[in-house]
Amino acid sequence: MTQRLPLEGIRVLDMTVVWAGPYCTTLLADLGAEVIRVESIQIFGPPTRGSSARPPDFVIKNLPPFIGGMPNRDGGKRPWNRYPLFNAHARNKRSMTVDLLRPEGKDIFNRMVAISDVLVENNPTETMQKLGISYDELKKINPALIMLRMPAYGNTGPYQNHRSLGIHIEGVIGHSLLRGYTDLDASANTQVYMADAAAGVGGAFAVACALNHRRRTGEGQLMELSQAENSVPYLGQAFMDYSMNGRSQATLGNRHPTAIQGVYPCAGDDRWIAITIFDERDWELFSEAIGNPDWTREPQFAMHESRRGNHDALDRHISEWTRRQDHREAMSLLQTHGVAAGAVLDQRDAAEDPHLRERAMFEEAHQSDVGTYKYPRAPFKMSQSDVRIRRGPVTLGQDNEYVYKTLLKLSDAEYDALVEAGHIGDEYAEHVG
Amino acid sequence: MTQQALSDISVLDFTHHIAGPYCAKLLADYGAEVIKVERPGTGDTARDIGPFPNDTPHPEKSGTFLHLNTNKRSITLDLKSDEGRRIALDLASRADAVIESFRPGTMDKFGLGYDALSEANPALVMTSISNFGQTGPYRDWRGSELIFYGMGGELYSTGVSEKEPLKLGGTVGLYQAGTVAAYATLGAIFAARDNGEGQQVDISIMETQAGSIDRRMSMLLAYQYNGEITRRTPLGAASGSGGYPAGVYPCADGFFQFTGGGNYFTRVLDMLDYPEELVGDEWLTPEAQADEDMQGLFDAVFYPWLMERNKAEIWERAQQSRVLSGPLNTMEDLQRDPIFHERGAFAEAEHPEAGTLRYPGRPFIMGATPWAIRRPAPTLGQHTDEILAELGLSDSEIGQLRDGGIV
Repeated sequence: MTQRLPLEGIRVLDMTVVWAGPYCTTLLADLGAEVIRVESIQIFGPPTRGSSARPPDFVIKNLPPFIGGMPNRDGGKRPWNRYPLFNAHARNKRSMTVDLLRPEGKDIFNRMVAISDVLVENNPTETMQKLGISYDELKKINPALIMLRMPAYGNTGPYQNHRSLGIHIEGVIGHSLLRGYTDLDASANTQVYMADAAAGVGGAFAVACALNHRRRTGEGQLMELSQAENSVPYLGQAFMDYSMNGRSQATLGNRHPTAIQGVYPCAGDDRWIAITIFDERDWELFSEAIGNPDWTREPQFAMHESRRGNHDALDRHISEWTRRQDHREAMSLLQTHGVAAGAVLDQRDAAEDPHLRERAMFEEAHQSDVGTYKYPRAPFKMSQSDVRIRRGPVTLGQDNEYVYKTLLKLSDAEYDALVEAGHIGDEYAEHVG
Repeated sequence: MTQQALSDISVLDFTHHIAGPYCAKLLADYGAEVIKVERPGTGDTARDIGPFPNDTPHPEKSGTFLHLNTNKRSITLDLKSDEGRRIALDLASRADAVIESFRPGTMDKFGLGYDALSEANPALVMTSISNFGQTGPYRDWRGSELIFYGMGGELYSTGVSEKEPLKLGGTVGLYQAGTVAAYATLGAIFAARDNGEGQQVDISIMETQAGSIDRRMSMLLAYQYNGEITRRTPLGAASGSGGYPAGVYPCADGFFQFTGGGNYFTRVLDMLDYPEELVGDEWLTPEAQADEDMQGLFDAVFYPWLMERNKAEIWERAQQSRVLSGPLNTMEDLQRDPIFHERGAFAEAEHPEAGTLRYPGRPFIMGATPWAIRRPAPTLGQHTDEILAELGLSDSEIGQLRDGGIV
């Protein structure tokens, strides 16, 4: 682990919001890029750093853990620095504040563009228009700039200003109807955020592609990752089925197109195990693992296809067995026999999981407004590059001194004037809701 | 031909199924030279996975394979043979990266582990994509997309509390693992070019779920902060953002999804043209958004409004009022959407066996160095002779390898 990180020396201006954009820049920061979030203390854009700047206690108490689960369910003095949804993707980043709606703020921004390599943003198209920020203008300031825009649907066409979160995008691209219980209609669909996560990683890959081109040619470029379009390839099998056969696939629930598969109840409260039995050999291994009970020899379960044909009946028998098992012990037992099985790990299970622990999936990090906690690390390991959490989740304006005084070389007096003018700060202005 | 972003990168691809091939496809579609090594006779297991035209299995017509292997050349190679191994090493010595998705230890058994490869090519990046990673107690365990999402992802809290946890659609988790691997591979290639030293990239599909997909990270962090477990919510409960409307609602021709609660509620009132039942300051408080009776009054206005309109009409009206929302499209709705077509979101390619088909298009647009399907997915071993000739083998040597079942 002696190498410098792959993106060391690359400075990324980060104008991202909510999840997809911020997750993209997280991955860039993981590989060593200097990611500087461009934030404003004059505007609060939910839900990036919370539902509002200073949410009332009862709101915090009623939110689900991923947005309400601040330490002790307490917003503290600066709730925006304690928000789990934000802090989960804010490792290894820096933060500056500037009000881009004022000319001197725009000037500061342009000076940052001049000394940066990459700009990433995932705002509605019209937001950038209002700010007067466009690639054509920015490349005059910095011809080698790489700009990645990550709109929901695209910066062109009638959908460009459609207001969407990741969950809506999934409906539009067809994912929502490919998931869901087979015995409930789509109104039982709960929120998932696959497209957000996909766009985050896809965006990081896009920046890496552009950096490769720039390493060779010195040339920057504008890129556009439509979060909707980026996720369409993820639905490749269903896409090709319509392309080939004109068929719109429906949800399979937890089932598999060719295997025996399900999520089965285990002993205890709300405990589950996922099992996949791919073929004949797996079935023999599974039967042996659970002690070859009589029902496994019933004619209706004699062949892989007949087992699939009688999947409901088979599931009832499997559930009878799993109900008596601890979810983790059943997983180990089945895996020891060579059967694909996984306990459905809740967040505590994951925190305590021996495999994730051995692979150091959680790393300790400190942040001034929450203290020291463990955070999930990057989703990959590298043998030579020292990829780790070098810095805890960034607080609002944490790096103003570094950005203004070190990078932009402002004097103390100039800095103080910008504090006075409400550009620089580490708390949202009182009027911000 | 227009230059592509990765046209100076060459990749040797030993992967199969979905995650690994998607990783190599991303690299290939943006310009990398990718040689796919397949097992003689059977090839990539994805060739056996449908969908197939008219549901008739054919190894050159698998929709999964065709989608995941664009822009690659295919060579068949028996990696268990000495000659096969030598050819693989020769190819690896000319590559920037090897990508493989065998069970951990398999490449070592072939004599193609990281040590052997890096001896042949010290600057080589080796990306290994596996179920649970190259180390740890679950290293050799088996998996499936459902299992990865169950152990690594947020399966536990997905779905409704009256029922079992519910997976995501298709195999999206495997694609996500592929994208993570493609990004990490490029990072390692940059490091190799700067330092002259390659490295191993260890992708655990389980960790790509824990560390990225579906905001699992936020739930994992909430547990660290507060010891709280995120669970499934009851059927019909507005989930996620707090307040109403939230979730999926029926409409005249299907279903429509809204995130309109809390601060967004005024936008919803605007969309509904301020019906008199919902006018008044008492509707605009955080307390109102938490009040079940008021939600009932709201629903009594909202459901009939939805049932009088189809998805397209609702979407247009919702967007006028800037309501966060979207229709639940079928694959047919998506592929017939003129806006996606106009933007060039889909691609078309002609394949010698499968004919001309529509494919998922570019994940993102690069202004200077565009995505392109330069060639369709290869037939099994289509480029074996060509690739061996590039290594300097003569026709008779290639003939001998063929006779020996090596290629």
